[in-house]
Amino acid sequence: MKYRYLPQTDQDKREMLETLGISSVEELFADIPEEVRFKGALNIPEALSEPDLVKYFTRLANKNVNFSTHVNFLGAGVYQHYAPSTVNHMLLRGEFFTAYTPYQPEISQGELQAIFEFQTMVCELTGMEVANSSMYDGATSLAEAAMMAAGHTGKKRVIVSRAVHPEARGVLKTYAYGQGVELVEVGINSDGVTDTQALEALIDENTAAVIVQYPNFFGNVEDLAAVEPIAHGKGALFVVSSNPLALGVLEAPGKLGADIVVGDMQPFGIPASFGGPHCGYFATTSKLMRKMPGRIVGQTKDENGKRGFVLTLQAREQHIRREKATSNICSNQALLALAAAITLTGLGKQGVQEMAMMNLQKAHYAKQALQAKGLEVVFTSPFFNEFVVKLSKPVAEANKQLLQAGIIGGYDLGLDYPEFAGHTLLAVTELRTKEEIDTLAAELEAITRA
Amino acid sequence: MRNDQEKALIFEMSKPGRVGYNLPALDVPEVEVASLLPKHLIRETPAELPEVSELQLVRHYTELSRRNHGVDNGFYPLGSCTMKYNPKINEDVARYAGFAQTHPYQPEETVQGALELLYNLQEELAEITGMDAVTLQPAAGAAGEWTGLMMIRAYHESRGEAHRTKVIVPNSAHGTNPASAAVAGLDTVTIASDERGLVDIQALRDAVGSDTAALMLTNPNTLGLFEEDIVEMAKIVHEAGGLLYYDGANANAILGIARPGDMGFDVVHLNLHKTFTGPHGGGGPGAGPVGVKKVLEPFLPTPIVAKKEDGSFYWDSNRPESIGRVKGYNGNFGILVRAYSYIRTMGPEGLLQVSQNAVLSANYMMRRLATAYNLPFDRVCKHEFVLSGVNQKKLGVRTLDIAKRLLDFGYHPPTIYFPLIVDECLMIEPTETETKETLDEFIDVMLQIARECEETPELVQEAPHTTVVKRLDEATAARKPILRYQPQA
Repeated sequence: MKYRYLPQTDQDKREMLETLGISSVEELFADIPEEVRFKGALNIPEALSEPDLVKYFTRLANKNVNFSTHVNFLGAGVYQHYAPSTVNHMLLRGEFFTAYTPYQPEISQGELQAIFEFQTMVCELTGMEVANSSMYDGATSLAEAAMMAAGHTGKKRVIVSRAVHPEARGVLKTYAYGQGVELVEVGINSDGVTDTQALEALIDENTAAVIVQYPNFFGNVEDLAAVEPIAHGKGALFVVSSNPLALGVLEAPGKLGADIVVGDMQPFGIPASFGGPHCGYFATTSKLMRKMPGRIVGQTKDENGKRGFVLTLQAREQHIRREKATSNICSNQALLALAAAITLTGLGKQGVQEMAMMNLQKAHYAKQALQAKGLEVVFTSPFFNEFVVKLSKPVAEANKQLLQAGIIGGYDLGLDYPEFAGHTLLAVTELRTKEEIDTLAAELEAITRA
Repeated sequence: MRNDQEKALIFEMSKPGRVGYNLPALDVPEVEVASLLPKHLIRETPAELPEVSELQLVRHYTELSRRNHGVDNGFYPLGSCTMKYNPKINEDVARYAGFAQTHPYQPEETVQGALELLYNLQEELAEITGMDAVTLQPAAGAAGEWTGLMMIRAYHESRGEAHRTKVIVPNSAHGTNPASAAVAGLDTVTIASDERGLVDIQALRDAVGSDTAALMLTNPNTLGLFEEDIVEMAKIVHEAGGLLYYDGANANAILGIARPGDMGFDVVHLNLHKTFTGPHGGGGPGAGPVGVKKVLEPFLPTPIVAKKEDGSFYWDSNRPESIGRVKGYNGNFGILVRAYSYIRTMGPEGLLQVSQNAVLSANYMMRRLATAYNLPFDRVCKHEFVLSGVNQKKLGVRTLDIAKRLLDFGYHPPTIYFPLIVDECLMIEPTETETKETLDEFIDVMLQIARECEETPELVQEAPHTTVVKRLDEATAARKPILRYQPQA
C-alpha cells in the first residue's frame, strides 16, 4: 500500500538505517517494554483511496439537513450570515492555515499583523481599550472572564443572569467548580430580561462579577445602563457577553460601563459547522490588561526602527508561569480570528451597520408577520434578531412539520427553561427574504391551528 | 511591495466610501430605529472598521500571507508541535455544506451523518489509544488536560477521597500541565528527571501518597525519550490510589506501536491538530479529545454521541455524574472532521508507518547532528530529540542566534529553550511527511551554522539577514504595550 503523505522510499529507509548502524526500524523501539507493545493491527477501517474518501464523506454529509437544503430560522447563539467569498479564498492560503503560533515573529509578520488588526476591530466594536487574539468560543470566553474577575477582585462569588446562554452557563459552572468559585443565578422578569430588583437583592460586597448577555439568550436587549450601577455599586466587575454583529446598531458595552466584554465572532464569516470551531473574543480595559487570559499581539520596532509585531505580555501565560498562570489556554482560534478580521474588512464600517440594521428590520417584520397570523410573541422588550413565540403544541412537533415544508424551525426553549415549554426562539438574519418569512408565518399558523 | 518596506495596516488603506461587500436591498418595510430600540442603547458612533475594495482586501491578505511561514512554505521542525503536512482534501471535506452549514441544535434525525462521523471518531480514537470511551468536546490540548483532571478530581470525590489534590508532574513537562492542574483546583508536585532523561523512579516513589490525585506524563517525554519504566511507574501510582494521565502531545511516536491504555494510563488527551493533521491555523483552532478507562466513563463531559439498537445515533445527555460541559456545542467539529478524514486516509497500516517513519527520521537527524552539537541524552529517541547549544555558547553564540540564522535559509527553527532542563536547548521534530532530501538539506545547513559559529560568529549573532523585519524589540512591546491601531491625530 502506498501513502501519499509518506515520502520515504525503501532506499531512503535503508540509507537512514545504515547511518544509524542498525538493520531494522524495529530496533528503534527496543526501549518500549515488550508487555506494553501493541501486537497486531489497530482495529480501525482500512485506508480509503482519495476518490473513495470523497464518496464516503459526501455520503455522510448528504445525510445532514443543512442551510443549503433548507431555510433556516435557528439561531440561539449560532447564526447563518452572509460572508464575502473572499474570506474562504484567503483562509485557504497555506501560509496562514499551516503555520503554528507565531513564536518566530520575523517569519510570522503576516499572522501577527492580521491578529493586531483583529484586536483593533474587537476594540472598535465593543468600545473597549484592549482585546486578546481569541479564545476557544463565546462560552469559554465568558467562563474565563468570570475567573479573571474572581482572580482580580479576590472575591469568590459570581452572579450570572439566567438570560445568559444556557451552554455558556454550563461551561461557567464547570470552570467555577474547578476554581472554587460560587455561582449564583439571577432570574428574569416578565419582560424577558434580567430581573434588576432580584439582582440588587443578591449582590453583596463579596461579589466578583455580574454577567449579562447583550442581546440576551431570548433575543431581548438588556438595559446595560440599568445593570451597570448595581454591579459597580458593590465593587463587582461588570461582564457583558455580546453578539458582535448586534453592536453594529446597539451602543457599545464599553460606552455603558462594561469592564470585560466577551462573545463569539461566529456571525462574522465563520460557518455554523455543527457548533465549531468558532471564535471567542475577549476585550477589557487598559487597567485590567495584564490580567487578561490568552495570547496578545503587540506593536513594536525592529533593530532598524521598522514597525513590526510580536506576541507580548507573555509573562501572564502558562508556558512561563506554569501553575501560577491565570489561565491554561495556549492553542486558541487564530484561524477563525483571521476569518472574522477578513469578514470585518470586507463588510467594513458601512457593511457592519447595514447588516446589523437588516437583521433588526427583518426580525421585526417577522414578528409582525407572525402576530398577524395570530401567533403569540411573548416579550415586549426591545430585541435584535431573535424573539420568542409561544406555540400551542410542542416545539419539537412543530419543527418536524416545518422540516417537511423545507424549514429548519426555532430553538425549543423548554429544553433549558421548564417555564418556557412550548416556546420557540426564532432567529431572522439578513439572509431571510420577505417571502421566506411569510412562508414561515403561514406554516406556523397552519401547524398550530391543526 | 518591496521586501524592505513597512506593510500598511488595513486601517491605513481605508478611504470613506469604499466597500468590499454586497448585501441585497431590504425587502421588508423599513421602520424607524428609534421606534425599535431605546435611545440610550442605539449606537452613537460607528465602529471605525476599514473601508476598502474587494481587490484591496485580497491584496492585503495575500501580502500578509507572503509574510508568513507555514508547513506549505517549507520545513518546520518545531519540536513537540508535530508540524506535519496538512492534507488539502481535509479542507475540502470540512467545507461540505452537509458539515459546514449545519446547526448544532438541529434535531438528531436531521444530522445523522454528522453524528455517525463523531461516533466513529470516538470509537476509533478509543481503539488507537487503548481506552474505553472518548469525549470530543475539548477545544484544544490544554482544554483536554483540564477536562481530564476535572474527571480525575470527580472520580476521587465520588470515592470520598476529595483530599487527593496533588498532581505529580515531571520537570520535563509542558508548562500547560501545571497550569491545567491549577485551573482544575489541584496542586502540582514537580519531580526530577534522572541522568537518563527519564522520570527518577525513586523521586516518584517519594512523591506519591494518600494525597496523590494523579501522575501527568508525556510519553515519549519532551526530550523525545520513551519512559521505559512506565509499567513500574503505573504500579507505583495506582498502588498509592492515584490515576495516570497521558499528555498526548507526543502521540505521533506511538501510533499502532504502544497504546497509553496498555501502558496503564487511565486518561489520555490527543492533540488532533498535531498527530492527526488538524491543521494548526496559526495558533488554532485545535481539538483535544479525551479518552478514559471504564472507571472514569461516568464523569465524561455531557453530552457524548451514542448509538441506538436500530443503528441510529443520538446525544446522550443523561449523565448524572458528568463533570458537565467544557465547551459550547459539539467541540471543534470542523477539526474533528479533518482528523477523521486523515484517519480514514491512513488506516491501521498507514498510521503505524507514520510513527515508524517519524521515529526513523528523528533518529537519523539526531545521529548526524550530534557530530556538531551536544547531544545531552545519547540514546534512541522517538519522534523528536533535543540538542544543546552549549558548545556554540562557549563561542559566544546562543541557541536563539542559531534559531534566527535558520530563518535566513527558509526554515522554521526548532523549539528552543524547552524543555527547561536542558541548557541552550534545541528540540527538533522532523515528522514523517518530510523527504530524506529535506532532512539532509536541513542537516547540512545546521552543520554550516555550527561552522559559522566558529569562523564568523557575528553572522549568526546578527541573524536574521533576509527576513521582512530584523529582530524585534520584545521588551518595549511588553513594557509599553500597543495592542491596537490608533489613528494619527
